[in-house]
Amino acid sequence: MTPRLLNSCASLCLGRIQDEELQKFCSRVVKLLQKEELGPDAVDALQRLFLIVSATKYKRKLEKTCVDLLQTTLCAPKCPEQLQLLCTAILRERSPSDDLNLSCDHVQNSRQLSLVASVLLAQGDKKEEVRSVGQRAFRVLESRQPEGPSLRHLLPVVSKVTHLAPHTLHEDQTNLLSKRLVDWLRYASVQQGVPHTSGGFFSAPRARQPGPVTEVDGAVATDFFTVLSTGQHFTEDQWLNVQAFSMLRAWLLHSSPRGPSSPDTDDKSELEGSTLSVLSATSTASHLLPPQERLREKAFEYCQRLIEQSTRRALRKGDSDLQKACLVEAVLLLDVLCRQDPSFLYRTLSCLKALHARLCGDPARVRALLPIAQFFLNHGEAAAVDSEAILQHLFTRIPCELFHSPMLAFEFVCFCRDSLPVFGRNLDILRRSFPNLFKLLAWNSPALTSEFVALLPSLVDSATAVEMLHTLLDLPCLTAALDLQLRNPSCLEASRDPQFQGLLQHLLRATASGTTERLAPLHQLLQPLASLTRVVQCAEAVPTLLQAFFSAVTQFADGALSNQLALLLLERSDSLYQVPQYEAHVHRVLSSQFLVLCARHPSLVVELAKELLEFVGSVSSVHSREAMLTAVVWAVGEYLSVSWDRRCTVEQINRFFEVLEALLFEVTQSRPSATLPKCPPRVITVLMTTLTKLASRSQDLIPRVSLFLSKMRSLAQNPAPSSDRCGEDAGAVCTRAAELLTLLKMPSVAQFVLTPSAEVSEPRYHRDTNTALPLALRTVSRLVEKEAGLLLG
Amino acid sequence: MVYAFLIHTLRAPQAQDMGLCRVLYSCVFGAENSPDDPRPHGAERDRLLRKEQILAVARQVESMCRLQQQASGRTPMDLQPQSSDEPVPLHEAPVGAFRLAAGDPFQEVRTVVWLGVLSLGFALVLDAHENLLLAEGTLRLLVRLLLDHLRLLTPSANLLLRADRIEGILARFLPHGQLLFLNDQFVQGLEKEFSAAWPR
Repeated sequence: MTPRLLNSCASLCLGRIQDEELQKFCSRVVKLLQKEELGPDAVDALQRLFLIVSATKYKRKLEKTCVDLLQTTLCAPKCPEQLQLLCTAILRERSPSDDLNLSCDHVQNSRQLSLVASVLLAQGDKKEEVRSVGQRAFRVLESRQPEGPSLRHLLPVVSKVTHLAPHTLHEDQTNLLSKRLVDWLRYASVQQGVPHTSGGFFSAPRARQPGPVTEVDGAVATDFFTVLSTGQHFTEDQWLNVQAFSMLRAWLLHSSPRGPSSPDTDDKSELEGSTLSVLSATSTASHLLPPQERLREKAFEYCQRLIEQSTRRALRKGDSDLQKACLVEAVLLLDVLCRQDPSFLYRTLSCLKALHARLCGDPARVRALLPIAQFFLNHGEAAAVDSEAILQHLFTRIPCELFHSPMLAFEFVCFCRDSLPVFGRNLDILRRSFPNLFKLLAWNSPALTSEFVALLPSLVDSATAVEMLHTLLDLPCLTAALDLQLRNPSCLEASRDPQFQGLLQHLLRATASGTTERLAPLHQLLQPLASLTRVVQCAEAVPTLLQAFFSAVTQFADGALSNQLALLLLERSDSLYQVPQYEAHVHRVLSSQFLVLCARHPSLVVELAKELLEFVGSVSSVHSREAMLTAVVWAVGEYLSVSWDRRCTVEQINRFFEVLEALLFEVTQSRPSATLPKCPPRVITVLMTTLTKLASRSQDLIPRVSLFLSKMRSLAQNPAPSSDRCGEDAGAVCTRAAELLTLLKMPSVAQFVLTPSAEVSEPRYHRDTNTALPLALRTVSRLVEKEAGLLLG
Repeated sequence: MVYAFLIHTLRAPQAQDMGLCRVLYSCVFGAENSPDDPRPHGAERDRLLRKEQILAVARQVESMCRLQQQASGRTPMDLQPQSSDEPVPLHEAPVGAFRLAAGDPFQEVRTVVWLGVLSLGFALVLDAHENLLLAEGTLRLLVRLLLDHLRLLTPSANLLLRADRIEGILARFLPHGQLLFLNDQFVQGLEKEFSAAWPR
């Protein structure tokens, strides 16, 4: 169905229905609903009404009689299901709503209670709807006999209520339900149901039994009924078994008396725990336990049975998928049980270790490894179990092999994020595995970028920062390499070129190697893949990741690391994988981060003077790395002074001056051409400003720079006919040159303005009339103007 | 548990702009607790907020689906069955998941699991820390049922006017947002019951 068709259907049905038309339609609905026999006309009308109400985000006003009639129809005992569902849907779609006066107080029929509840629970709990629904549901639950077909409508309501408002139930209600859950979970019938003669779904368990239930592989059931037991027809209590298990984990979490996951036994020391675990290894006399503990015991048995049942080879694909989901749920449940009662730990550990060993060799069940790893992280300490081996296996094998599965990649990264608080000593394994984790990111960047932005601060430390930055910058190249590997798995061995092999191996490594490789040859080789959509998507995500990386790193980077990173930025800025627009975006981030590094460690400029000189000396940087060059030049102007680092020498200042002057000369004198486009005015102004700053610190240079600035000004005022310097650009250059010249006429003021001391950042500096900068500037301007006036006049 | 289920339009990855992303059907199970905002909230405002939140999810699903399709080089037509009687190969349909941070747009952290079939997107909005394998399986099941029983892929189908069937399916297979561990036989039994109550 094309979107266009859908849209036109919608407008046809809505017909841009106006309020008066809607009123008329409501009256029609009222008439139809008031009839004795509710026929297809009524269904049709309600379907339209639902569409009208749901199609707009704004409230449509319905007549009060109409709304009231919808409510009564919903609660009418003999109303057909179709109409009831439509009434429920319309009322729910209008929620939250002030004109609702529906109540669940007198509803006896549990199916209707379920429908009413779905409307009431959508109101937002302003009038304690959740509590009243919950209480009503429990009253029905208490009054029902164990048999009877309608309890299945109640359990989801109870589950929802517990979820929304965990503490609205009293302890006896909690105990009652826990007892019933035990019955349904553990003691459901193991005989198949009989087909109901009227074509319905349920049968009374006491009728003639057609045979035992089977396991998913067809064998006769060996133990109690679970969600992995099958048959031709099911009995009511078997249905309740399914529902009970489906809601079990949430129930255990929310019904725990002292809060969601606190153990309800008093302070157990580890020693006590282990003693008790020996005792409870023989789980006798469980019927003497209080309801909550008994439920936990039965839940434990259920989990063990599911784990055993999952070893069977299912005959149908649907059952095979369910086995995997059951495995995950069983492990999650065991985790909750052990958190609530540490005495389960002893029995669980051996069971899970065996399960883990079994799953390691089964590629189809790999997603179940994540909750197991989570379990060992949560309980490893208490059980004195070394979870290292499990984590090693998880981090080194899984991402390499299964990065291309979007659901697994998502779950894996969520696992990393959610487990951060409990990694403990094992955090190192997570950190060293960042190359593998980045494979998940490189392949699935749209879905995982925000997760990684949150994860990065915990992944990076001073040992891995440099290597990680390289990897981030090469992320699109990694995507290309993974694509290559996926389509041609033997490319690694097939290539004759050892250099290519080596570099590819490095790029596709699983753990941090502690070394860095220059991947430029690989960039070239993989160039044809640079326009792949997946690579482009990854490239678009990199700037965000770089920002996250730097915000994390700058928190702990010391001077040495900052220097390393700054050099890395300079070096890599012209060694990037050539994805369209990638370089420009990355340069923007790198240049601003370079300045951040300098601001945090101003000595960087002095310490890296040699490398910075080299960088600014090359004219090609002007055009290929304009952003970086601008940042570096600006940083030199800001921080190359004694006030930031005592080791700064006059020779250094002079050297920089010479190099920058030469650079400025070259870019302004050379004619723009096809290969060398016009130099951006920002570069010119920043060069002029930096030169002036340097001159203010080494005052022998002032005449030279003044001369240069005058030349620049006249050049800007009278551009050569061949240059296409536009008016605005020329104006900016001219203005800046003039300002700088003015400043230089009073060298001590220039020094004050252009090389402010650290106190400048103090507010006092600016409030005190003796030191305020604006005042100084105004003074200078007036003096200079007067001088000029004197000269002229 | 599931907080919401929605069906919305999916524009083709190459389409420039064929109108906005529209939510065709949505069902919210329960409601988020009202925030601790001292201002009194009109019920209307709450409803408007809820609709906007669902639309925001739909837009993000559409965007994720489009990006995934583009990255894998697939077109939506790849999924078109030869005849309208053949089942759509759902195991090849694009599927994915993403997390929504607290406040954006829902109050609490939530996870969205989605599946795209031709021009329709289906999504489950889950609470955090749900069993994603179960959620994915449930979503596939719901989509299969909806495609079969509403015949969504035939040109004359009009899901907008058949909300009762959607409600009927949800009431049985996702009651109040409860994800159910249903084995194949259970599904068959429930489906028979549904077909009996709603003859095609």
